[in-house]
Amino acid sequence: MPKTGFHLAQVNVGRIVAPIDSPELAGFVEQLPEINELADRSPGFVWRMVDDEGQDATGLRPDGHDDLFLINCSVWESVEALRAFTYETGHLRVLSRRREWFTRMVEPHQALWWVPAGHLPSVAEALERVQLVRDQGPGPEAFTFRSPHPAPDEAAAPPAAPEAPDGLRTPSRD
Amino acid sequence: MTDEDSAFAALGMLGDPLRRRLYRYVAAAPAEVGRDAAAEEAGISRSLAAFHLDKLVEAGLLATSFRRLSGRTGPGAGRPAKLYRRADGEHAASVPPRSYDAVGRLLARVVEDGGLDRALQAAAKAEGAEHPDAAAGDLVEVLRARGYEPFQDGETLRLNNCPFHGLAEEFPALICGMNLALIEGLATGQWSPTMDPQPGGCCVSLRRDGVRDASRDDRRDSKNKKD
Repeated sequence: MPKTGFHLAQVNVGRIVAPIDSPELAGFVEQLPEINELADRSPGFVWRMVDDEGQDATGLRPDGHDDLFLINCSVWESVEALRAFTYETGHLRVLSRRREWFTRMVEPHQALWWVPAGHLPSVAEALERVQLVRDQGPGPEAFTFRSPHPAPDEAAAPPAAPEAPDGLRTPSRD
Repeated sequence: MTDEDSAFAALGMLGDPLRRRLYRYVAAAPAEVGRDAAAEEAGISRSLAAFHLDKLVEAGLLATSFRRLSGRTGPGAGRPAKLYRRADGEHAASVPPRSYDAVGRLLARVVEDGGLDRALQAAAKAEGAEHPDAAAGDLVEVLRARGYEPFQDGETLRLNNCPFHGLAEEFPALICGMNLALIEGLATGQWSPTMDPQPGGCCVSLRRDGVRDASRDDRRDSKNKKD
């Protein structure tokens, strides 16, 4: 993938089924260091949001009235890099057990959006993007894995060479 | 030609037993296959194997690449070999017409939206545990019969194919969690399945219980087998 002047920001919010220090969440909490370390050394990883303790984001409570409401936010070089970490690494092990630890949310609870390389999103900015998906559905300002949008400079670039749509790219022949 | 016509055309290529054997060999192989290896597997000449392999490529069932197998480069390194692998596309046809995939997709969406992951995992595990052959200890054959294309990688059993690929792409957490539970149900005491996604293959790999390191396959370790 060509590097662009934009990075992909990602946020998902979720409501845990019991307090973070409860036995119900122990299986989740004990895997966090390994999974975060895996993210940190994954290709295309740029940054992830952490709380004051600096290890992970489980200390952040974006809704001050709800002690079970957690946020997870990170920045990647591309959609492909984030997708590979999310679904093609040990992270999938945690993801497949999500319903043991997180309540199913009826409303959309995640968003992807492009930020200028170097920009690190705030909690407020991330929550706004989730709200955008909720209010307007996926669009260029806030989208999802299922309906991705290209980075602004990719979208603006002149069509130099015909390119197959996502998923149909042939492997390079070098 | 309709989609159905092209599916029948592709699948019709596999009516020939020799071609079918070559296809299965290449498709199940964990790495790309050269003409020599395919010819040897089928017990035929290299040129006959090449003819049939290229027919399978024409039909869209196999894909090719060129690489020097010797690892040498430059003058004298020889011509690059033509290597075959399973093509990405899926071909399905049914008479009379059936659309179980459409129903599967719809059901998966409802299960996902309902947050019913754990109910699905419990059902998958129970179904796996009911399988009589798996209980008899023939897990590798059971996985092969279910299309996982198992192969040994040191002490690890890896699965070259995901039988639920399309759904797993669309609902990865849900379907991969179901798949792990299904294999957990199938696996008896001897094997421990774990989530270990591989590009293009299945998200699960299995290790033999009691084997900790491929380089130290020491029988003395087997005393811990019961835990």
